[in-house]
Amino acid sequence: MSSTTLATILFLVFVAATLGITFWASRQTKTAADYYAGGRSFSGVQNGLAIGGDYMSAASFLGIAGIIALSGYDGFLYSIGFLVAWLVALLLVAELMRNSGKFTMADVLAFRMSPRPVRTAAGVSTIVVSIFYLLAQMVGAGALVGLLLGITSEAGKIWTIVAVGALMIVYVVFGGMKGTTWVQIVKAVLLMTGAALVTVLVLGKFGFNLSALLGQAAATSGPKANPDSFLIPGLKYGTEAQGIAGKIDLISLGLALVLGTAGLPHILIRFYTVPTAKDARKSVLWGIGIIGVFYLLTLVLGFGAAALVGREAIVAQDPGGNTAAPLLALRIGEEIFGSVGGTLLLAFIGAVAFATILAVVAGLTLASSSSFAHDLYAHVFRRGQASERQEVVVARISALVIGAVAIGLSILAQSQNVAFLVALAFAVAASGNLPAILYSLFWKRFNTTGAVSAIYGGLLSALVLVIFSPVVSGSKAALFKDADFAWFPLSNPGIVSIPLGFLCGWLGTILSKEYNAAKYAEIEVRSLTGVGAEKAADH
Amino acid sequence: MTTREHDASVYEQVQRSSEFQELKSRFRRWTFPMTAAFLVWYLLYVVLSGWARDFMGIKLLGDINVGLILGLLQFVTTFLIAWAYSRHAGKKLDPIADKLRHEVEEKTK
Repeated sequence: MSSTTLATILFLVFVAATLGITFWASRQTKTAADYYAGGRSFSGVQNGLAIGGDYMSAASFLGIAGIIALSGYDGFLYSIGFLVAWLVALLLVAELMRNSGKFTMADVLAFRMSPRPVRTAAGVSTIVVSIFYLLAQMVGAGALVGLLLGITSEAGKIWTIVAVGALMIVYVVFGGMKGTTWVQIVKAVLLMTGAALVTVLVLGKFGFNLSALLGQAAATSGPKANPDSFLIPGLKYGTEAQGIAGKIDLISLGLALVLGTAGLPHILIRFYTVPTAKDARKSVLWGIGIIGVFYLLTLVLGFGAAALVGREAIVAQDPGGNTAAPLLALRIGEEIFGSVGGTLLLAFIGAVAFATILAVVAGLTLASSSSFAHDLYAHVFRRGQASERQEVVVARISALVIGAVAIGLSILAQSQNVAFLVALAFAVAASGNLPAILYSLFWKRFNTTGAVSAIYGGLLSALVLVIFSPVVSGSKAALFKDADFAWFPLSNPGIVSIPLGFLCGWLGTILSKEYNAAKYAEIEVRSLTGVGAEKAADH
Repeated sequence: MTTREHDASVYEQVQRSSEFQELKSRFRRWTFPMTAAFLVWYLLYVVLSGWARDFMGIKLLGDINVGLILGLLQFVTTFLIAWAYSRHAGKKLDPIADKLRHEVEEKTK
């Protein structure tokens, strides 16, 4: 049996199992708290695994391993920003949000401000961030299937995108948060198992000597003129050839990564799935542990692919390096267990990669449809007059619509290079959402104008700067190669847009007289003590 | 809306209490400087990655260089800060927060 058949079978087993979970979850999902927050009944450990499942996207699993395999150290540098970011979430956001919010990011902002403008802004930003991230993942899925399952026709890619989209819609519409969380948990366990297995085999081959692995990686895949440069920063981000702009771009990327996570809507709603703030803390601790270990495994996978598969073979299959980890699984499996072992391991890693994509897109669809139903429909259009039942029906319909829109956009964009959308999603989250959340939790004087200015200011400045950056026009790797309207020299807007978002929030606040001391007292007391926090559903 | 006003005044009373002020200052005195510290430490690492590549390339143990060690140290400090925060929160914050929560929930019943 070929590895593609086997991978397909393993993947179908995963799909069958997750559909079973979704069916079970749909029968448990009755109230709005069930649909949006899984009844707040997950334990800290379960939610910690789900955090890992939501966060470790194909971009981090295949993408970072690929960057390390082709550019060495820089892929490692990238993963560190993703990890350190969780400290912002742990120290400043997770528990306070759990205590003062209900279902969406906007709940925290709307608490002491005029709800309609604030919810509109937060809803728009949530949907924009989630759609960007969703597009990057789904277009990636289309490309991956060709590489992993040998489907190279355009039609095959389009059908893959449709199939991934359809499954994600089913998970979210029927399973709600409960089903989606279990999909994340299963995926996190599979991904960690797969990555750990390959890592141990690779390290074993080098006698558990990291230095030997690095040495062979640099010798095999590093630049011939200077193999050692493979083990230091600078082959991909802020290369010497790009000069000062490239290095500032590196800092800009680092800022967006480290500050973006605590503003990503699909991550923020995870904190509502546990019964108390203490469980939210525990879940982030578990999340940090899992994600940290995962990136350490990725380090070995990336350098392992560079050492054992080699640059040429990796680039021959995908110039972006996205199949470095699956190729490594095949090579190391063959070497240790013979050709059957290689086939098995490749199939397993391939199936895990698909599970990863599915789980992440489901989390994103849930976040955006929740925000549409709870923020825009229930509180903006219906002014809080919608019943819980109506809200959940609208949430399900909007998951279907957002899923369908994402499928359509992904098909249109499937031959484009949309990898920059992930970094853009982080930049928007860091520039718009994070200032609004932090001000709202910690600044007494903050008000409606401030919140609206922070979100739109951060969102628009990140978007505008990217539109006029080299990723959209005026460079070889740009979205529009033949046009040149770029005037912003950096690919990552964070270094400008994040301070601008904070500045807009501050300026908007002081320009408006509005401010509500009583409401601030309430949110301050509630966020730190958990008074009046939403309880877990009893069932 | 009399009950809401009543609640609000309870919250303002709690906010003014010395116990709550102690909780708030214990929270902020720990998390704010720590956030500044890990952000500076992370940015220092990124800046070194951009501007001190020869330094990052100094080999310490075989092919293991300064850059790799500094990167791994980012993992170590992240794990340590997370652990230290959970200890701090469990010992210094949770007892006051729990006590205040019970008090307010009694008053607002």
